[in-house]
Amino acid sequence: MDTSMKKDLQKKACKVRMGVIEGTYNAKSGHPGGSLSISDTLTYLYYNKMNVDPKNPEDPDRDRLVLSKGHTAPALYAVLAEKDYFPVEELKTLRHIGSALQGHPCININGVDMSSGSLGQGISVACGMALAGKLNNKTYKVYSILGDGEIEEGQVWEASMFASHYNLDNLVAIVDNNGLQIDGAITEVCSPEPITDKFEAFGWHVITMDGHDFDDIDRAFIEAETVTGKPVAIIQKSVKGKGVSFMENQVGWHGKAPDKDQYEQAMAELNAQLKELED
Amino acid sequence: MADVIKKATRDSYGETLRDLGEEYKDLVVLDADLAAATKTGIFKNAYPERFFDCGIAEANMMGVAAGLAACGKIPFASTFAMFAAGRAFEIVRNSIGYPHLNVKIGATHAGISVGEDGATHQCNEDIALMRTIPGMTIINPCDDVEARAAVRTAIEFNGPVYMRFGRLAVPVINDRETYKFELGKGVTMKDGKDVTIVATGLMVNEALEASKALEKEGISARVVNIHTIKPLDKELICKCAKETGIIVTAEEHSVIGGLGSAVAEAVTECCPVPVVKIGVNDVYGYSGPAVELLKKFGLCAENIIEKTKYALTLK
Repeated sequence: MDTSMKKDLQKKACKVRMGVIEGTYNAKSGHPGGSLSISDTLTYLYYNKMNVDPKNPEDPDRDRLVLSKGHTAPALYAVLAEKDYFPVEELKTLRHIGSALQGHPCININGVDMSSGSLGQGISVACGMALAGKLNNKTYKVYSILGDGEIEEGQVWEASMFASHYNLDNLVAIVDNNGLQIDGAITEVCSPEPITDKFEAFGWHVITMDGHDFDDIDRAFIEAETVTGKPVAIIQKSVKGKGVSFMENQVGWHGKAPDKDQYEQAMAELNAQLKELED
Repeated sequence: MADVIKKATRDSYGETLRDLGEEYKDLVVLDADLAAATKTGIFKNAYPERFFDCGIAEANMMGVAAGLAACGKIPFASTFAMFAAGRAFEIVRNSIGYPHLNVKIGATHAGISVGEDGATHQCNEDIALMRTIPGMTIINPCDDVEARAAVRTAIEFNGPVYMRFGRLAVPVINDRETYKFELGKGVTMKDGKDVTIVATGLMVNEALEASKALEKEGISARVVNIHTIKPLDKELICKCAKETGIIVTAEEHSVIGGLGSAVAEAVTECCPVPVVKIGVNDVYGYSGPAVELLKKFGLCAENIIEKTKYALTLK
């Protein structure tokens, strides 16, 4: 990836992270940790990969994204706002009564392809969208982002069987492997490891990547495009809370909003990162 | 008297899907390894390229149906009622109901009349479960004619629909030539002034039999067929409550949360009258031949007669 494009994505991702903090702070609830761990990948997808147009959000030929780990909606909303699907200012209304921005993604929100949030369900819906693409002779791709804790849900493996059985090579599942879930480390709660071997055994083409390195993210998604005849699982190594020092790798930041001091510190850190990128 | 023609509504379902395949190119059918039993195999034989077996994985099947619907297809997802409404409940709620996607659920083998398979497969709770999902339409046809019309109506209707079909062959009681299906409208099958028997599914025929017998004893029992359980024809139910002063409900479903509950909820708001419910009385089923089981559980004309007489003492 060329340097200017990479820098541009890094800046966008930084703004997305600010949107996550802005949203969860104003909501006084929400899930900043996992939102921050997928911010880079979401930014890459919406700015560099997906065929989407905010001026034509219902385009039947568009690529689709199902945020199966729906609790990280703040990151999706922040990307969509940056893309002008709705005003960035609206992020402050996250989880408020009367706001379109529900705690978990809702299909009625401009740019959101599917309601999600009950874990394990989004990947099945993504399978259905991919199958519809095949039946309708469309060339669109369907992306679905799952948590590494989420894949403990049995439905994920039902969907995985289905996707490989029907050769859904227009489907890319991204597993956000930040290693933490609500009750602790995934390996201590009820380990879904080895994740790579499991998806391979279910007939998927598996790629691993660093979820915070745009060169590596680019490499992984380019490789994904070369795969035919089977679905692709990208296992991204990531850091929960990435970008905000006191949230990084802290399980306590799975589902907790920053208070005023924490909000100010987080925004100061992200502003400093942005400034560094702009210099 | 001519022989009574009998047919299981699951057969009507499979055959109608096949009949609609040519006209509706976006119709796709999903099953969970039960195509031979749900009769979606009939569609599969005619349109194999539009039939997708999901294997024994009902949760995923409902999600796949949601994704297909979100991209313009009209998926009919089929399995036994136990797994469609029971096992997959939360997927139906969150992935189909909440986004209000155009998914049709064809649930067969509902109720006690599953027969020999016994309690694990006799689903008496599906109507109760599906009724709680906002925006869900629920249709429980009483015979072959009505079942075919229900499937045709469902495919034209935009939104999630839960259709309930049976395994047991039941009498065809509607006239094929003159029958007209109106979603959300109850049908007065027989008029009467002393009491109204509100029935659904295979209990409609039993209610008609009961009404005829009661007539001989000087009791005038109206019979109303409620094929659309949600949205309920409250107007008709309230009219019956006002005109006959007493209601008996009859369904092959638990007395908790089904037609009886829906009718009772409706009349308490418009015209409170006693509602005597006939259904499965908060117990599990067991194995046995379907017709005998229906009698054992009081899902028969004889019990409707008895309960109607009891209901009249409450007047």
